[in-house]
Amino acid sequence: MRALVCMVLVGTMACASRPVPSTNTPPRARSDSTGGVGLGAASFPNADPFPSSYVPFPARPTVIRGVNIFTAAGPLIRNGAILLQNGKITAVGQSVDVPAGAVVIEGAGKYVTPGIIDNHSHLGVYPSPGGNALSDGNESTNPTTPHVWAEHSVWPQDPQFPRNLAGGVTTLQVLPGSANLIGGRSVVLKVVPSRTVQGMKFPGARYGMKMACGENPKRVYAGRGPATRMGNVAGYRAAWIGAEAYRRRWDKWNADRKGDPPARDLGNETLAEVLRGNIFIHNHCYRADEMAQMIDISKEFGYKIRSFHHGVEAYKLADLLAREGISGSLWSDWGSFKMEALDAVRANLALVDRAGARAIVHSDDPSGSQRLTQEAAKAMAAGNAAGIPVTEEQAIKWVTINPAWTIGLDDRIGSLEAGKNADVVLWSGNPFSVYSRPEKVWIDGALLYDRFDPAQQWRTDFELGFVPFARNQ
Amino acid sequence: MKKRSHQSIRSLAVAAAIVIAMPAAAQTIAITGGRVFPVTGPAIDGGTVIVTNGKITAVGANVAIPAGAQRIDATGKWVTPGFINSSTQLGVVEVSAVTNTRDMSARGKDNIAAAFTVWDGLNPNSVMLAPARNEGITTVAVIPAGGLVSGQAALLNVVPGTTTDMIVKAPVAMVAEIGDASSAGVSSRGELMVKLRELLEDTRYFQTRRAAYDRAETRDFAASRLDLQAMIPVIEGRLPLIITVDRASDIDAALRLAREFNLKIIIGGGAEAWMVADRLAAARVPVLTGAMNNIPGGFSALGQRQENAAMLRRAGVSVALIGNAGGGDEEAFNVRNLKQEAGNAVAYGMSWDDALRSVTLTPAEIFGVTDRFGSLQAGRDGNVVIWSGDPFEFTTRAERVFIGGREYPEMTRQDMLTERYKALPNTYNTPVRR
Repeated sequence: MRALVCMVLVGTMACASRPVPSTNTPPRARSDSTGGVGLGAASFPNADPFPSSYVPFPARPTVIRGVNIFTAAGPLIRNGAILLQNGKITAVGQSVDVPAGAVVIEGAGKYVTPGIIDNHSHLGVYPSPGGNALSDGNESTNPTTPHVWAEHSVWPQDPQFPRNLAGGVTTLQVLPGSANLIGGRSVVLKVVPSRTVQGMKFPGARYGMKMACGENPKRVYAGRGPATRMGNVAGYRAAWIGAEAYRRRWDKWNADRKGDPPARDLGNETLAEVLRGNIFIHNHCYRADEMAQMIDISKEFGYKIRSFHHGVEAYKLADLLAREGISGSLWSDWGSFKMEALDAVRANLALVDRAGARAIVHSDDPSGSQRLTQEAAKAMAAGNAAGIPVTEEQAIKWVTINPAWTIGLDDRIGSLEAGKNADVVLWSGNPFSVYSRPEKVWIDGALLYDRFDPAQQWRTDFELGFVPFARNQ
Repeated sequence: MKKRSHQSIRSLAVAAAIVIAMPAAAQTIAITGGRVFPVTGPAIDGGTVIVTNGKITAVGANVAIPAGAQRIDATGKWVTPGFINSSTQLGVVEVSAVTNTRDMSARGKDNIAAAFTVWDGLNPNSVMLAPARNEGITTVAVIPAGGLVSGQAALLNVVPGTTTDMIVKAPVAMVAEIGDASSAGVSSRGELMVKLRELLEDTRYFQTRRAAYDRAETRDFAASRLDLQAMIPVIEGRLPLIITVDRASDIDAALRLAREFNLKIIIGGGAEAWMVADRLAAARVPVLTGAMNNIPGGFSALGQRQENAAMLRRAGVSVALIGNAGGGDEEAFNVRNLKQEAGNAVAYGMSWDDALRSVTLTPAEIFGVTDRFGSLQAGRDGNVVIWSGDPFEFTTRAERVFIGGREYPEMTRQDMLTERYKALPNTYNTPVRR
């Protein structure tokens, strides 16, 4: 991948300073499903200081049959069946064998999808109720803060979590905010009740790192700089120059282990892991011209942008995104709230998808996150209205397998295929209908939400006494 | 100065587009074969709607079609009154982060801006109007925001032209916000009510002592002359007061105040209104609320839930649906998402008929304009939408939108951008020409 980047690049200086591909990178441990070393943190010395302690909830073998299944891996299976066993999907198709003792759910006419994945969430870091006391999403004390990790801000008792689960969301990427050029590490969470954030962390998920273009950083730091977009770009490049030198020192020491190790620097550890390809870049960026500049910066320093987030102008350079293998994490119809959001169009996702780039519906919003299939439906309808045909089978990928890819978990979640984690949603009807709601949600095969069973409706500590009713009556 | 001239150029371009879109006014339209929803009565399959010279002249299953009528075959389509969005900032906020395109708030005096007429700052050339209209929103309330008394709201048709052309009723309501003590310039909820009560008492006093006031023979008042004058129709019960408020106890306090001063009030937002639904029903106080927000976003809205609108209806409260999901700018850029609110209201317990009523007839009732809007009946304005199917579904399109019997099928800025980049998929590194 990096070699290709070099060929595309015109300047040789950029290639010369390019990090050597993964030969220098220490072997990465891959965790099992109960915790262990995270992919993104495996490079010494920062192996995995806050390991996942998630343990799947008790589950019984479960068959859901007589349902229409959007697998996100092929055509809709009408009147099909799916078997969840030992936390995994073990069979999906027209019919499945029913193991002894299995729970059988007859879902006449209902729909099943993979668990919905929202790759742009601030749940836990901007919890409800809002206010300064719990506002922990932006370390806006310095424009470059790669040293902060979103997980250290997550409040597991945020009452937005159970609402998200009830909306069918099973996996979240929680990102730092967009005040900073480099905002810090993201964390991938399962939407499960837990006393600690470690208990929510998706085992083995790699980290992401948030970057932000445009108006936000220059507005927040207008007084001290950057105050302009050119200041923004200078800020990114300065950070990468320092990080590249740091990575070289550490990679050399990791290879020969001679003498004292170099001094640690938390920020550069994260940036170096990006340069090694172990941490994915999630880049908040609205305008097409700025996305093109961010791509050039990524080539100058030899990292890959995994996804542009918000990207209201992604449709203007969808071909470039496709060529570079960069996804667009987009809204269906947010726009116009600031100058860089002025050119929002509802056909954005359809245009990006048509060009061959991965399109994702993201939320950046605790309400929208609960209705990602509705948002996808709007974007699909807009595509169809504009003469860009989009099928429901395509649109379901925008909220499942495509976001799974952006967080590097498409081999485990995001589609209903044998061997994948049993993250499943049973809907009252077609998930693209405004009238449909999730009825049951499973994570790793365990039923964690049931619309008709208050005992299966997680209430956070905060809600006790303060929110005097059970939801979904 | 430079910016202003750019805006003028854009205004001219928009005006030019409008002229082209204008059909002839004097004509008869016969919409036939559709599933017609009069709202005031049961749906009529294969119904006909006749619109003559901008007014509905007949609706029914067996309606004679006048000679020379322009026939529109709506077989398989659904026909409803134009939707009314009861809480928007359409035309008064263009780009919310650009200060000089924000005209929905007044500085006022000591957080009171009763004299503020928000529609005077409205930009009829806003690019937000066409997307709303094209998706079936024909009438909107434009509501001022901020402070304790925010100002006066207007009801407008979403037609191109001037603000004067758009105005249906202005003022249509006074607006006050009682959920946030600090934006009211006080320290607590109780003090906020004191301040509001003082304003109402001073208005009453001022009303009966105008001559003495003009001779400077009255005591000092809590508000300016213009604000007091603007409040007179409110204390006379002629102009409704929209009270934006979420917490149940604050709604209860608003009901007490309304009883004390004999005010005609409307609750706006009303996150926890379901907790006092019976009291609202007994006081015949309507509520403007949404169905897409269940976030306990602050200590004033811990009881926020998507069932709110349906529970209020069940208790007999009059409900008009508005955007309240908190994201996605449902007050300007996505005024059109009212249909999504209505669909979600149904998903969370409201009957489909009530949901349709909540975006048509109920807002017309709340704003006192049922003689013109909210239903398909003879004598009403020709605000009619032909939908490709169930209007609340995402796959459904508003195929024909009539306001006063006219269509304004303007290409939106969003459509123009989509067309440009749809036609030129590989323009990166090449100049974009059009």
